Amino acid sequence: MADIQSPLPGTFFHKPSPEEAPFKVTGDTVAAGDTIGLVEVMKTFIEVKAETAGTFKGYSVDDAAPVTAGQTLATLGD
Amino acid sequence: MPISRLFIANRGEIAVRIVRAARELGITTIQAYSEGDTEMLAVKQADESICIGPAPSKDSYLNIKAVMAAIKQTNADAVHPGYGFLSESPEFARAVEAAGVTFIGPSAATIERMGDKVEARKAAEAAGVPVVPGSKGRVENVDDAARVAKSVGYPVMIKAAAGGGGRGIRVAENEEQLRKLAPQAQNEAASAFGDGGLYLERAVRSPRHIEVQIIGDGTNAVHCYERECSLQRRRQKVWEEAGAVCLDAQTRETLCASAVALAKAVNYRGAGTLEYLYDEASNEFFFIEMNTRIQVEHPVSEMITGVDLVQEMIKVCGGAPLSMTQEDITRNGHAIEVRINAEDPLMQFMPWPGKLGKMSFPEGEGIRIDHFLYEGYQVPPFYDSLLGKVIVHADTRAAAIAKLKTTLRAITLEGLKTTIPLHLALADDVSVQEGAFHTQWLEPWLEAGKLQSAATTGGAS
Repeated sequence: MADIQSPLPGTFFHKPSPEEAPFKVTGDTVAAGDTIGLVEVMKTFIEVKAETAGTFKGYSVDDAAPVTAGQTLATLGD
Repeated sequence: MPISRLFIANRGEIAVRIVRAARELGITTIQAYSEGDTEMLAVKQADESICIGPAPSKDSYLNIKAVMAAIKQTNADAVHPGYGFLSESPEFARAVEAAGVTFIGPSAATIERMGDKVEARKAAEAAGVPVVPGSKGRVENVDDAARVAKSVGYPVMIKAAAGGGGRGIRVAENEEQLRKLAPQAQNEAASAFGDGGLYLERAVRSPRHIEVQIIGDGTNAVHCYERECSLQRRRQKVWEEAGAVCLDAQTRETLCASAVALAKAVNYRGAGTLEYLYDEASNEFFFIEMNTRIQVEHPVSEMITGVDLVQEMIKVCGGAPLSMTQEDITRNGHAIEVRINAEDPLMQFMPWPGKLGKMSFPEGEGIRIDHFLYEGYQVPPFYDSLLGKVIVHADTRAAAIAKLKTTLRAITLEGLKTTIPLHLALADDVSVQEGAFHTQWLEPWLEAGKLQSAATTGGAS
């Protein structure tokens, strides 16, 4: 299991835009470098990327939830 | 009726600025704040404060219902909207008016009219203010285009009348080019939009952004001279000056008089800014839009004129006549403002909402720092990155740049990354020192790596 953490405080989004599907759903294969969500910080959107490969186990926080730096956003399984 | 309880529907440094102005006028201040802003400086400084909702702006500072409920609950008799958020919302101004509360700004009808680009252009033309010359309507053929271009003046931009988003825009330097390019534009417009109609407009290339500060009481209006705001990144102003040294005295006079004419024509009340493009080569200026609120860069105008714009807008919107005539307002020296943002300019301006450790700002003649920081403050990530503004004033522009450098170098903001290194590098740049720049100057400068090279050679210590 690997946690994907927020690089910055802000607001976490599961989707590239409100009309689109989430970046990942449970069971998806994740490659290192894949974008799994966005953190909006000071009106700028920062992509959150997986550092390792694995299987997506789900988001740890709700879509559009406020997050702190270092908070776990999603988990990956082997 | 004089204002006694002022509700501040904004946050950050402008909220602090409004608290100060209101206090000096003996007015009780009521600061609105979101759940993400409970620790902000204006909440600590204001006489009273009230929470208006969750951290996201749409649930708090942009939520008209929530703001109106808080205004009523606190028995405020006036509202200052600051800049951004609801400051130019006719719907909000109308709700404030309907509640019998004074809005520190123009009427909802004026906000609506001047916020509409077509209506604002019409109002400007009616008041004799120059706008970017263009064809009155569609141009259907090449001979028409050549005739219109002659009256508009070269270079001209050829656009598809039905187009948008910059597609198919061509620039012709003279009639020969126009006769070659117009048919191409027509064909392209016809295939892309099913409509071969064209629109012609003077191409103002590498323009400067020059704006005029005005203030009116609903009947009379005056100007507080112009500001030069051409140094921009992603359409955000980075560095602003008063005055614009590129203007000769006659052009400055004509420009500022045109702004007053428009303000009077729309019976403007409050502080406002008319934005212009200035074509240095032809010494022509063209109105582009009006901002019906106080602006971030208002302090440079205050520094050269001695007028307190925030106090004055509160007074006139409370029903007082303007406290000054145009003859009372004189220019003195030169002022520069730079925006201190919580961003790392050496890392693609990555936002940096850190926690502030040790803080110190220099003080002295001609130095003003408007900010909302204190030691131990955690900058919230939910809003824009503006932390404050460093404003300097000196007898000449060169002396103001020198003072800016010594001031910036003396600032300590531990724990944060800020845009101070950018401003130090700009202050050391020859083009900036010569005032030789325009709205398309800063981004190529950054892309060319000028900031990085300045940082490594010690230019931006």
